[in-house]
Amino acid sequence: MNFPVLKAAAYALVHAPNILLTHGTTQLLEGAKNEQSQYLKELPSALRSFDQAAAYPPNQAYIGAIKPKDLEQIAQPWYEQKLESASRFGPYGEIMPEDEFYALMKIVDVFDLIKLEKGFRAEIQAKLEKHPLFDQDDLALLGPGADLEDLQKMLKADASPMKIGSDLIGAVAPAHDLDQALSASIMFENLAAKASAVLVLRHLFRENGIDPLDVDYIIECSEEAAGDMNQRGGGNFAKAIGEMCGLKNATGSDLRSFCSGPVHALVSAAALVQAGVFKNVVVVAGGATAKLGMNGREHLKKGMPILEDLLGAFAVLISSNDGINPQIRTDTVGRHTIGSGSSPQAVLTAVVTDPLERAGLSIRDVDLFAPELQNPEITVPAGAGNVAEANFKMIAALGVKRGDLERSELADFASRHGMPGYAPTQGHIPSGVPFLGAGRDLILEGEIKNFMIIGKGSLFLARLTNLFDGISFLVEKNPGLKASAGTAPKDEVRRIIAEAMQDLAAILDQ
Amino acid sequence: MIKGKKVVILGDRDGIPGPSIEECLRPLDLEIVFSATECFV
Repeated sequence: MNFPVLKAAAYALVHAPNILLTHGTTQLLEGAKNEQSQYLKELPSALRSFDQAAAYPPNQAYIGAIKPKDLEQIAQPWYEQKLESASRFGPYGEIMPEDEFYALMKIVDVFDLIKLEKGFRAEIQAKLEKHPLFDQDDLALLGPGADLEDLQKMLKADASPMKIGSDLIGAVAPAHDLDQALSASIMFENLAAKASAVLVLRHLFRENGIDPLDVDYIIECSEEAAGDMNQRGGGNFAKAIGEMCGLKNATGSDLRSFCSGPVHALVSAAALVQAGVFKNVVVVAGGATAKLGMNGREHLKKGMPILEDLLGAFAVLISSNDGINPQIRTDTVGRHTIGSGSSPQAVLTAVVTDPLERAGLSIRDVDLFAPELQNPEITVPAGAGNVAEANFKMIAALGVKRGDLERSELADFASRHGMPGYAPTQGHIPSGVPFLGAGRDLILEGEIKNFMIIGKGSLFLARLTNLFDGISFLVEKNPGLKASAGTAPKDEVRRIIAEAMQDLAAILDQ
Repeated sequence: MIKGKKVVILGDRDGIPGPSIEECLRPLDLEIVFSATECFV
């Protein structure tokens, strides 16, 4: 059987401290409860500059400038350890400053809901002209720019502000006067998700020399809902994103399952490719403005900078087997079923040990596990613990229970088969998928032979079920192409057709 | 000490889920008035 391959992966972050203030739900709820909130007064002083956010080691790991394991050698707290080698651009993508991102939101705004202030618009065009991903056609979409007075009038008509510090540099108008599914704040959220997905998808093509016209299908897997009041969540982010990246031969759809959505999307993409329905399927997701500053109160209380100041995005290309790129073992997909149970042990049994058992593998046979990779510097001070480490401990405990590991191996399991968490707490972003790029490289470099991607999701947040969710798959070194059973090589087919044509010619001659 | 009390349960998806806490409390003579699991990641 020729499995589908992980052909390319790209990652992007957007530094968004002002969007955190205007659109992060923690801040919005705090302001609604108490306009004189001490937290909101102190918050701006704890926000990071772009240079600080870009030099933050976990962010450099996310865009591929360092390997995730390199973080083990960097003393914590990482926010006091700026990487001297840090750059805005990395092998997998970039960390984009907020002003350029506002302009990108305008570029992807096909309904002309966004107006940018004239002076800002002129300044940002000069910056974007130097960006490798944007051409004159993109810059023409920035529009003519608006006067500040016009923006203020928009705000009085329920528009959503775009700010840099205290400066109003733009506004997003509501897309309907009464429909709450098309309100300015929802349109801001959806345009930010779309823009960050466009950014990372363009990087996927540019960094890997892939022709967008070769893509057949797009699966978008963020946690946002695109639609109107009659079909909230109707979609379709996928085609809206593909339209801005030149994927003229592709169709697509959106897939949702909270934080595990991306792994469901990857399994679906792999299945479509392996079944021969499509040759090249892109899985893509942009970032969530709502989650910016989600644990800010706790970070501020502990005298830390506000670390949840980044939107996350990723894009992956799954293709038919080329004999080179790491393959996705579609025969060892782990799944948390409705009957699995919701305890952490039940979830990891369903998504880790059950599929390994079916494949006749031991936990020891998997070189690296990539479960929820939230940055512990964000989650530990907030009281949620070290999420990645908790996963490794539970996997190790299950290994001991199965007899795969000795009890004495528990202590260093995380350092041998895991890695530090390094992804921003952007819901769907940290759950396994940040490691696809680094894992692919490690296999191609011969450092590891395989890794397991684990997605987990909190379905109970939608208040429709108390169920949890989880799904996983194994990625391994490509052993090279095999002739599939029941199919003949091309030369053999040509020979058979040639013989049949000769027989037909002989009959016609008679 | 908690006999007859009303209980509000807030579970954590990275710790103990709400339904698990409910199961532990169910044999006790108390009233669970709200139970949910929250997510902070």
